Amino acid sequence: MQPSPSPTLSPARSNLAGWLYVSPLVLVLVPFFVAPILVVLAASFFATDGFGGLTPGFTLASYVEVLHSALTLKLYLATIKFTVLTWIFTLIIGFFVAYFLVFHVRNQLLAIGLFLLCTVPFWTSNIIRMISWIPLLGKEGLINQALLAIGLIHQPLEILLFSDLAVVIAYVHQLTIFMIVPIFNSMARIDKKLIEAAIDAGASRFDIMRLIVVPMSKSGIALGTIFVVSIVMGDFFVVKVMSGGGSASVVSAFYEDVGVLQYPTAAASAVLLTLVLVAIVSLILRTVDIRQEITR
Amino acid sequence: MSAVLADMPKADISKTTTPASTKAIAPSKGGRPWTFYVLATLFAAYVIALYGPMFCIYILSFQDIRGGLVFPMKGHSLHWFVDLFTQARTGDVKGSFDRSIKLAVIVTVITVVVSFLAGLGFRKRFRGDTFVFYMMIGSLVAPGLVLGLGTGLLFQALGLDASWYTSALGAQLSWTLPFGVLVMFAVMSRFNHVWEEAAYDLGASRWQSIWLVMIPVLAPGLVAVALFGFTLSYDEFARSLQTAGSLNTLPLEIWSMTLNVTSPSLYALGTVTTIVSFVVIGASLGTIVLIQKKRGSQAKG
Repeated sequence: MQPSPSPTLSPARSNLAGWLYVSPLVLVLVPFFVAPILVVLAASFFATDGFGGLTPGFTLASYVEVLHSALTLKLYLATIKFTVLTWIFTLIIGFFVAYFLVFHVRNQLLAIGLFLLCTVPFWTSNIIRMISWIPLLGKEGLINQALLAIGLIHQPLEILLFSDLAVVIAYVHQLTIFMIVPIFNSMARIDKKLIEAAIDAGASRFDIMRLIVVPMSKSGIALGTIFVVSIVMGDFFVVKVMSGGGSASVVSAFYEDVGVLQYPTAAASAVLLTLVLVAIVSLILRTVDIRQEITR
Repeated sequence: MSAVLADMPKADISKTTTPASTKAIAPSKGGRPWTFYVLATLFAAYVIALYGPMFCIYILSFQDIRGGLVFPMKGHSLHWFVDLFTQARTGDVKGSFDRSIKLAVIVTVITVVVSFLAGLGFRKRFRGDTFVFYMMIGSLVAPGLVLGLGTGLLFQALGLDASWYTSALGAQLSWTLPFGVLVMFAVMSRFNHVWEEAAYDLGASRWQSIWLVMIPVLAPGLVAVALFGFTLSYDEFARSLQTAGSLNTLPLEIWSMTLNVTSPSLYALGTVTTIVSFVVIGASLGTIVLIQKKRGSQAKG
């Protein structure tokens, strides 16, 4: 944080001023983030009559049920599979798209224009962008029609839509932007003189990539990873729609549980998922001080 | 996204001061390295994959009554748009559209004001600032559906009715505010403190320095925050699902349509919502460019 030039205040008054400025934020986050999380935590310990009624109390029955079920392991494995695949693809595409924009496009205005071109879909509906794959991937979709037409296949491929492949495609389509933006941001800050110096010192382009670009975009990669991982692990509608009901994830199972009013088991599974997510995010945060990174 | 919007003025300056030759890793005079062509192809493929599918559904939404969900196009008409707003089986599209726009406007106003204030607060360290910061990050990464359920249960426990302008509003703010504050961080970090200092030296009060110096200088960044607030709320789904009460917002309507409508009406709805998004994006970017231009001409004249 940069030192502020405002009139010097005593530490106590500056604490008060800081809190006054963030108080509206806190007033929203406490009832709509902290309280709901506590409610879910409490509900996970309650007993249920099976019809949506909750009996206040303390039982670990829901956790035992969730942890003992073979389904839980399957759900977590499926979720981790989707998360890892999406992470790899978004990272590769996001890194090279950002690299291209920062280091290969010579005209700065053009680079910003192309960058905006990538970001525009972020501001449109995710659900619409997801269903927009149907006319392409469907059994009678464009890709099957094209493959049939050139004689590469004789029967329409059925694994294109309503499959795990479609789920990953939809995720990568939606989330690559979350990689591009932070990586672009950290790459744009790399001093070009550093690279000039490396070239003068005889470094190959691969060396520059390995020793300068990748280490210096680490914070962008970390931020992008946090976004992608937390969104994929918290998602349920892409899995539900794009797998055609064939696959499930932890949160889509949670959604089904809520649908049949199994609040305590749903809450217990949500608490476990949140713990896993917190563990992953804090692991990433240990490698990079994102607050320092964003505000510098 | 935030970065580029905030970077715009900076980019213009650096363009004039740094020679273009330092831009590319490879020598910029003469031929491009082979990697340029590989990466340019990758970039083009990415952009095509990004926009291609969306354009498919926009095109398919203009079929006539025989239309189906896949190519080839069957005729040209606005049949499915009329169908969308008149047929009962597609649900209350008009009502949910209305509600979503109103909600997005409310969310936008609150997001801009609260993010701006929080951005001011976070400029200096204060006791507990890290706690507030991580609370915000937590709100951003928490699974939306879980938070939504918690909010729904909380309202139920307190005996309040869930509705789009109470519980859903709060649930959406828990999503738009962290984004807004992060954008504010990026914007604030490029704010030149000399201007504020000058205002104080000339005898401005804290309030005057905010109102007469900071807000005009940060205006493009505030427009960017507004863009985030509006579009994130307008498209928000997971957090609204358990909190919107009996009346749907537009994304919830689209969600229920994806589950039971199998006609190009669905695509027509996609086209309509995208047009709204594009109008908002265009207006925001236009405003930012206009502010920058005005500044440029003032600086010259």
